[in-house]
Amino acid sequence: MNQQSPIKSDAAAHSYIGQSVPRREDPRLLDGQGRFIDNLKLPDMAHAALLRSPYAHARIISVATKEASAVPGVIGILTGEDIKDKLGHIKPNWIAGQDIKIPPHPVLATEKVHYVGDAVAFVVAETREAAEDALQLIEVDYEILDAVIDEEAALSSPTQIHDTVENNLAGKPLMAWGDYRKAAEEANQIISLKLINNRLIPSPMEPRAILADFDPYDEKLELYLPTQVPHLHRRWLSDTLGWPEHKIRILVPDVGGGFGAKMHLYVEDILTAYAAKHFGRPVKWTEKRSESHLATHHGRAHTQYVDLAVKKNGQVLGMKVKLFANMGAYLSNMATGVPSVNCTYFATGSYAIANYFAETNLVLTNTVPVDAYRGAGRPEATYLIERAMDKVAEVLKLDPMEVRRKNIVTQFPHSFFDSGSFLQSMEKAAELIDYKGFRDLQHNYRKQGRYIGLGLINYTESCGMAPSEMLGRLGFDRGGYESAEIRVSPDGKITLFTGSTPQGHGHATSFAQILATEFELPLSDIEVKSGDTDAIPIGVGTYNSRSMPVGGTAAKICAEKVLKKAKKYAALLLKCDVDQVQYEQGKFSTLQDDTKTIPFGTVARLAAVPHQKPEGETPGLDHIYIHDPYGMSSPNGSHAVIVEVDIETGLTTILRYVAVDDAGVLINPQLAEGQIHGGVVQGIGQALFEETLYDADGQLISGSLLDYALPKSDRLPSFETAFLSTPTKTNPLGVKGIGEAGTIAAPPAIVSAVCDALKPFGIQHLDMPLTPPRIWAAIQHARQTEGATT
Amino acid sequence: METHFVRLTVNGKEYQAEVEARKLLVHFLRDDLNITSTNIGCDTSQCGACTIELDGKSSKACTMLAVQAHGRDIRTTATTDDPILNSLKQSFQADHALQCGYCTPGMVMRSRELLAQNPTPTEDEIRDALHGNICRCTGYHNIVKAVSNAAASLQKKEDAA
Ligand code: FES
Ligand code: FES
Repeated sequence: MNQQSPIKSDAAAHSYIGQSVPRREDPRLLDGQGRFIDNLKLPDMAHAALLRSPYAHARIISVATKEASAVPGVIGILTGEDIKDKLGHIKPNWIAGQDIKIPPHPVLATEKVHYVGDAVAFVVAETREAAEDALQLIEVDYEILDAVIDEEAALSSPTQIHDTVENNLAGKPLMAWGDYRKAAEEANQIISLKLINNRLIPSPMEPRAILADFDPYDEKLELYLPTQVPHLHRRWLSDTLGWPEHKIRILVPDVGGGFGAKMHLYVEDILTAYAAKHFGRPVKWTEKRSESHLATHHGRAHTQYVDLAVKKNGQVLGMKVKLFANMGAYLSNMATGVPSVNCTYFATGSYAIANYFAETNLVLTNTVPVDAYRGAGRPEATYLIERAMDKVAEVLKLDPMEVRRKNIVTQFPHSFFDSGSFLQSMEKAAELIDYKGFRDLQHNYRKQGRYIGLGLINYTESCGMAPSEMLGRLGFDRGGYESAEIRVSPDGKITLFTGSTPQGHGHATSFAQILATEFELPLSDIEVKSGDTDAIPIGVGTYNSRSMPVGGTAAKICAEKVLKKAKKYAALLLKCDVDQVQYEQGKFSTLQDDTKTIPFGTVARLAAVPHQKPEGETPGLDHIYIHDPYGMSSPNGSHAVIVEVDIETGLTTILRYVAVDDAGVLINPQLAEGQIHGGVVQGIGQALFEETLYDADGQLISGSLLDYALPKSDRLPSFETAFLSTPTKTNPLGVKGIGEAGTIAAPPAIVSAVCDALKPFGIQHLDMPLTPPRIWAAIQHARQTEGATT
Repeated sequence: METHFVRLTVNGKEYQAEVEARKLLVHFLRDDLNITSTNIGCDTSQCGACTIELDGKSSKACTMLAVQAHGRDIRTTATTDDPILNSLKQSFQADHALQCGYCTPGMVMRSRELLAQNPTPTEDEIRDALHGNICRCTGYHNIVKAVSNAAASLQKKEDAA
């Protein structure tokens, strides 16, 4: 099991930072009392169901709802024709390039459907059963058109999916630094590879569920929405519905996992809200798992071509990347930026590669839209560069670690990275996995006819995209900030309202740790609230591993400001100048005399009942602070894996998994470690199990959990984790993000290990997922081909 | 629509209702009885989020009809008087074996059955027992650890008694 648990604390006695405090969220969840949206009911609530296109590409000739409307219990049915003049379109939030062509995305299809799962009609009924029954009776006449599935083939396909997007190419953003052409001339060799980054279905265990209530007198919408970004969702809903933002309240109770998939605008968000107003009833829509496969936006889906200009000694002088990023049928929220910024910007990984050129083809296809999924571009980038490093080692007959060592970034601050322990984490992972001793071990196994392999990779990423001005330059229509509001009750108890919005992260605990540390008060004096746009002043949300670096920092600075004001009130009670006031362990005293103390609560009471007031001060200690960071921080780490491949069946077993991660200061090490475990398993899912398959007609073959293999307990090991700590200077907590590290690191580590095990067969690379049939076929193929040594 | 009379016990409390023949047990519990201590994570019986205990055996409430539960005794994770469950809940929290908590009711109920049958499971036995319960958040590491620690603390209590 866990050999190097970080779960201990050397923090100072009064500090909760660095302590593995048990989560306050847990008891209610363990008792099954979670406040998930599908658990909620409102009086007179109706149920909705969505009719989806069964075809990947088809023209709608007619939609007939008469028979369906007659089903007992049906309240009404909305079609594309009904709403097309009343609602705007779903629009992307990130337009990462000058000439991006945005195809129209109506809330319900009118003329054409563009993927299996595309929305056609919305039924509202008294019960979920009646709504489902009615779906069966809606008659839609389609003229079926040819479908385009593959992102590379789509560019030369005679089928054009949207009239306005020629060759199905929505854009071709470029990125470059240095001079790749010159590097290629100076290089001893160009090493090329092609990689497929497999399409993934994010699969949070809680399917999306939405509950809308519209008050006709206040003309106000209350929308329970499982969103990572409530304030952004409010804006997008307002834009699409055409209703003013202050008349929309987004409420986010417990959310059962998000992983990026719950931060995009979906048609169901709009339809449920609209239906509540239109039919004058609260409306609930709950996604079924198979709908989650068909309509919750997918992740990854790249074809990547890479050229490396290398010297004989393994130094990489330059890199050229050509990406074909599958966008699916429409441009989803962040879809254009994920490949063209997040992936290409980080495609040089942890390495100093001076000359770089990248071209990203943003390609529309008749598939589920693809958008940010845990890691969002960084997994695609890290996989690319780490597979490339292995290939360089292979071609030049060098040790893979040596090639990495030769190119790794060691000087900080680097132009991309504020700080890091890139080399140290690699050495640490090598030591923990016994890199030196491994070849002997491998040799011994081989003598017994067993095939083990080792993979050791490095990753870095940047979290908390900032500053806001840069987001503007990148075409990303949001800010890089986060909010904190601290309200101090007259009894001195504290409530934090944060724009960071958890889906299982444990913010109610970790944010309380930050405030309890600042205020030097017991944890139980601090309450944390999130996920209510009426209660929280302004906010961005949770993604990009930004909650702690941005939201946590906002909370910390806000607390400092509250204390600063509190000191002024304390000075009145202590009858001294404010600069003579000190604060320790929840009490104020003077620098001269720390025996006479006044508890925080007494000062809070005075501020709330201000019979005395510091000059020029307002009553109360409440404060709002919005932190707009000037820069990002770069967590890093190295993951090392040993696998065994059963060459008779192709089955891969993970024997050891070592994760060394550096996310700076950890607020709650146990929660940080949990993020690593969970992320790593999602990454292992991509590497070994998860395969999203379409047939040539665009039918999603992996349309349920029967056909799409999520990682399960019996195919996984326990993990060995270790943490390094290089605090960032870009925020006063010294924290970096950790939520995405595992999904970024695991795929290349696993694939590298499997390919190492298969080296005797001359197999250098296999595309993910490395399922037994795929490995088995490769071994059979190798055995029939010359060069196999076994 | 044809309905049937169903009487059953959930967490020690008796309920009776007229139920549509086609209604799944999990929908009956959640929609009709307002018992939401069991979740729905899939529609193909893969995820285990709906796991309950039916007459002492863990079962997926999405794979049976409500009418089939007539006369049966059901327990969910909302049960508070079961020593094995309580021990599991304690170690799930101590070992951070839940993040979003959506899989948790099912995980806990399946683990309870395991510990009732095998009070000293090995890591492999735990992993094997839980393979019908999907967790997308924790990577299972801490769940396995928590079940193992719950078993150990139950053993300790037993030895002390
Ligand atoms: S909901 Fe019952 S197994 Fe998934
Ligand atoms: S804790 Fe989220 S699915 Fe298990």
